[in-house]
Amino acid sequence: MTDTILEMRNITKTFPGVKALQNVNLDVRAGEIHAIVGENGAGKSTLMKVLSGVYPHGSYEGQIIYNGEECHFRSIRDSEHKGIVIIHQELALVPLLSIAENIYLGNEQSNVGIIDWDRTREGARALLMKVGLKEDPDTLVTNIGTGKQQLVEIAKALSKQVKLLILDEPTASLSEKDSEALLSLLLGFKAQGISCILISHKLNEVSKVADRITVIRDGHTIETLTKDQITEDRIITSMVGRSLDDRYPPRTPDVGGIVFEVKNWSVYHPQHRDRQVIKGIDLNVRKGEVVGIAGLMGSGRTEFAMSLFGKSYGVRVSGEAMLHGKKVDTSSVEKAVSHGIAYATEDRKTYGLNLIDHIKHNTTLANLVGVSRWGVIDDLHELDVANDYRRKTNIRSSSVYQATGNLSGGNQQKVVLSKWLFANPEVLILDEPTRGIDVGAKYEIYSIINQLAGQGKAIVVISSEMPELLGITDRIYVMNEGRIVGEMPTAEASQEKIMRAIVRAEGKAAS
Amino acid sequence: MTTETAPQSATIPAETGARQQLTIWGALQANLRDYGLLLVLILIMLFFQWTTGGVLFKPLNLTNIVLQNSYIIVMALGMLLVIVAGHIDLSVGAVSGFIGALAAMLMVGWKFPPELAFLANPIVAGLICLLVGAIIGAVQGWLIAYYRIPAFIVTLAGMLIFKGLSLSILAGQSVGPFPAEFQLLSAGFIPDFVGPITLIPASQGVQPLVLHGATVLIGVVAVAAMVLAAVWGRARRKGRGYESEPFALFVAKNVVIAALVLFFTYMLASYKGLPNVLVVMGVLIAGFVFLTKRLTFGRRIYAMGGNLKAAALSGIKTERLTFYIFAIMGALAALAGMIYAARLNSATPKAGQGLELDVIAAVFIGGASALGGVGQVAGAVIGAFIMGVMNNGMSIMGINIDLQQMIKGVVLLAAVFFDLYNKNKG
Repeated sequence: MTDTILEMRNITKTFPGVKALQNVNLDVRAGEIHAIVGENGAGKSTLMKVLSGVYPHGSYEGQIIYNGEECHFRSIRDSEHKGIVIIHQELALVPLLSIAENIYLGNEQSNVGIIDWDRTREGARALLMKVGLKEDPDTLVTNIGTGKQQLVEIAKALSKQVKLLILDEPTASLSEKDSEALLSLLLGFKAQGISCILISHKLNEVSKVADRITVIRDGHTIETLTKDQITEDRIITSMVGRSLDDRYPPRTPDVGGIVFEVKNWSVYHPQHRDRQVIKGIDLNVRKGEVVGIAGLMGSGRTEFAMSLFGKSYGVRVSGEAMLHGKKVDTSSVEKAVSHGIAYATEDRKTYGLNLIDHIKHNTTLANLVGVSRWGVIDDLHELDVANDYRRKTNIRSSSVYQATGNLSGGNQQKVVLSKWLFANPEVLILDEPTRGIDVGAKYEIYSIINQLAGQGKAIVVISSEMPELLGITDRIYVMNEGRIVGEMPTAEASQEKIMRAIVRAEGKAAS
Repeated sequence: MTTETAPQSATIPAETGARQQLTIWGALQANLRDYGLLLVLILIMLFFQWTTGGVLFKPLNLTNIVLQNSYIIVMALGMLLVIVAGHIDLSVGAVSGFIGALAAMLMVGWKFPPELAFLANPIVAGLICLLVGAIIGAVQGWLIAYYRIPAFIVTLAGMLIFKGLSLSILAGQSVGPFPAEFQLLSAGFIPDFVGPITLIPASQGVQPLVLHGATVLIGVVAVAAMVLAAVWGRARRKGRGYESEPFALFVAKNVVIAALVLFFTYMLASYKGLPNVLVVMGVLIAGFVFLTKRLTFGRRIYAMGGNLKAAALSGIKTERLTFYIFAIMGALAALAGMIYAARLNSATPKAGQGLELDVIAAVFIGGASALGGVGQVAGAVIGAFIMGVMNNGMSIMGINIDLQQMIKGVVLLAAVFFDLYNKNKG
């Protein structure tokens, strides 16, 4: 049982300006559950996309050896053909098709193009039996819960004669009971000789089912732990053990009284209206303070911030937002902005910028009143403002007339910052302000944050990068599954402490 | 796609970016893209001038082109806002037809009791028509903005409804003629308060040439105002430390545009003068240029069309904005319906049918993006004139209507193709 079925050798994948993977090595044995752990952005998903052919052969360096032969996958179809199937975190099911139709999507049971419905249903029924899902194959996927949808995905994988199953955060959105069932299913597959790569940040699950664990950090393989070496402590140390050099500007905080306070904030999911996404959050920010919100992906940080900012996310939003001790109405974006609250999105291309328009128009968009009188824009005043912020935030462009779609990620982020700075907020919420931008631009953005805090603004930074939070904040809240599960001054915080707060909360939720 | 050239701030240190050299050639290229469409229109006009044996540029014919296309242009202004906002309005043809019918029934068809007779007054009836049009647009906009029904579907339904309604209130008949005051909207020319200017007096063997004095005055004043505004704007930029385009290009551009306007003025003045409807159009076009370029209202429309989510997260009330845009479109469709009816001097059940397609085509030929966020008033107006001149020229040449349709289709496709091709290349 120790024959290696997959070996990835010295995989290096570069995106413009970023080395996502550097000489990563991974070997998976037949009939093994091999877990890959690492922080958000460490490169886990990129590695799996290389393996499954999402990034085709030639767009990376290194070798993939599967069943003793070197493979050059050019698309997902190629890898599936060999029995490597990946199930992504966001399920790829068509909600308004039936379970049976989804299982055979792209692989329809047909004779000369005409679908054989009997064969489809029979096949689907047999596969559903294997994964232990008791549902009629004709049921629409939209009518079953997320846990069951996950099982449908696995049934779909089985229909493709899977030999190596890759699961990307399969239990992230499952209840404890569904997770349990899924994990025992994986153990069952193992007995049948199907290998499995499991990507997860739920360390308790990983240590329970995995035979070996490979830790990835910053695009490097750190180590592979065998069953007898696996403990949560060991994994955490390995995951976060990077040295903090001076990637952060020095910070001497000058913190005043509480400016902004949120009490008992609750939000429900916009589609599943009885699912509570944010569960009674209390939080405050002081004048001149930079507060961080740590947490894993899906912990509800963005949802919290957006619901706070003009109810831009969720339904049945309740709770109090208070500015200088007085309750404020933030029920629309316009009201929130007029009270001096700003939110810079984590997804600048979708939610932050008008990419087809230039820097000048994007800079003034949230505060057109500031460059106009009686609804008429003073074009030269606007030009002054845009040039001023371009200089302040050091945007590299030919002029303020360059379309924001042609800027690099870091410069786009600076335009988003400019927009909100010009709106002159008292409270600035920055959601993943340095996602996907290079180290140099990160430093510039940290410096801007520092300056703003120095001017007495209250700043909230949401980030998945723990070193970043430790480097630039004064106080850190830890969030998990819609709750604040920890709060600590940054001086006393460490990555281990944050991880522990999260893991402890997951443990509590489990018991 | 702004008509401004990229100025450089003197306040920006050189190391922050590659300094764009404002050479004459560079500025010329930038302008060529912006004025390319105007150039195309001029080339098309010259082409038809040649193929029609000089008929196209006859004063009478030029006046006709304006009159024939006025209602398309009026609606294209509203459609530009709708399309820039990322929507579409298929109902404008049917709505304009319905409003024409309503106008006819108010002024001619319905017999009001004496105490309500004021409703048949052309001015009162006209105002009612505009109001009804705005309400129609508002209702459609309300469904699109607040109930998120796609504009395509709402206005497709509107098209069917208002086609049916105009048939219904006209009882399938043509209704007319309109009172003389109402006809002035389309058929009238501004009064010559200056008096005729005789260039070549009537004498034997020579064609007399008498210009409409008021038209000449208005044309000259308009050109003077344009030049003054351009000079003032340039001085203002310089005063604030911003470089402008090279002086030679600035002069050349203004001279060319002034010459075009003066030529057009001369042509109109040597016939019956400035048509009333051109005055209405001119005021509307100027208003919409100002709206799209300088008003926060206009800026928000571009932002919304460019990225709806980002606009909403910047505090723009996107629903209300959509609602207003469709209300404006409705009012413009009503105005166009009245111009059309006044021109025909009767309301017919078929009036307005298919006009929406001409209007939408004009906006797309004018460089607007079907994805929203891109488009200029000037482009839409020139686009409408390109279609109009082609209709006019091909009719004079006696080309069959079937072939005309095909040629117009090819032109629409080619215009959008080259626009996208250019953008992808640039």
